[in-house]
Amino acid sequence: MKRWLAALVLGLGIGNLAQAAIDTYQFADEAERERYRELTKELRCPKCQNQDIADSNAPIAADLRREIFRMLGEGKSNQQIIDFMVDRYGDFVRYKPALNGRTWLLWFGPGVLLAGGFVVLAVIVRRRRGQAVGDDDRLSVEERERLAKLLDREQNHD
Amino acid sequence: MKRWIMVVPLMVFLLLAVVLYKGLFLKPDELPSAMIGKPFPAFSLASVQGERTLSRADLLGRPALVNVWGTWCPSCKVEHPYLNQLAEQGVVIHGINYKDDNAAALKWLAEFHNPYQLGIRDEQGTLGLDLGVYGAPETFLIDAQGVIRYRHVGVVDATVWREQLAPLYQGLVDEARP
Repeated sequence: MKRWLAALVLGLGIGNLAQAAIDTYQFADEAERERYRELTKELRCPKCQNQDIADSNAPIAADLRREIFRMLGEGKSNQQIIDFMVDRYGDFVRYKPALNGRTWLLWFGPGVLLAGGFVVLAVIVRRRRGQAVGDDDRLSVEERERLAKLLDREQNHD
Repeated sequence: MKRWIMVVPLMVFLLLAVVLYKGLFLKPDELPSAMIGKPFPAFSLASVQGERTLSRADLLGRPALVNVWGTWCPSCKVEHPYLNQLAEQGVVIHGINYKDDNAAALKWLAEFHNPYQLGIRDEQGTLGLDLGVYGAPETFLIDAQGVIRYRHVGVVDATVWREQLAPLYQGLVDEARP
């Protein structure tokens, strides 16, 4: 019984340690908490580049989370908050970059490649079909004579 | 079969090889600054030494390097002697002591020499945030009007100075001269 209790207490302790890395903010309401979660998921940590700022333990990510919390409290819109970050850290900080001259390739590149693939596929299929219709499966007179000769030769060998 | 179609795989391979080869030399951890060409952000912060309040206006008039540093940053220690050297050569360098303890900063400056004309005390990292700083050291180059012209992420050493910063700095100095 005592051992179980000790394990439980230790377990709780570990849980608390893990939580210590996450900052605790008091949100005005559930909607604001949801927006905070959304924003910290969409914004990318400039220091540890493959993490969003919600996941990252880098000091800069903590600072950015604090800024987001502050701006949410001031009643700023999501777009205003994202613009604030982009003004300072560039398009890089967005996992969903805005559509502009520099990012159109990023947005449409995959679609263009896919469409290109379909075009190539269509061309190949059409060409094959055309060949199938055009080429006569039957042998010409010449070819039949040649075949007969070849077969004759085979038989003579036996 | 058309001849040209046979070289397509080779062309694709060569293109890919060039792209991947270039990729070997990219430094994805050095972000391009979003602040290039923008005015240095306004601020009102205490000085590291003495009890002055510094603002953007104090940075104007001369082209300068603005170096973001902290005593918690090992690379800053590596960089520091070279900044001293530059300062001795007459290069204008200002410091932003970023997210640091001021007593530690004072001790550092006393111990390793102070290359900074102005020492800005950014304990909360607010100015750093406005500058898009994401680590230290970072070094900004501003012109006499306080417009950010360049940013270097990481240690400024002789090579970085010679190849990147010096030509730009000299250009700005010439530009500012009447």
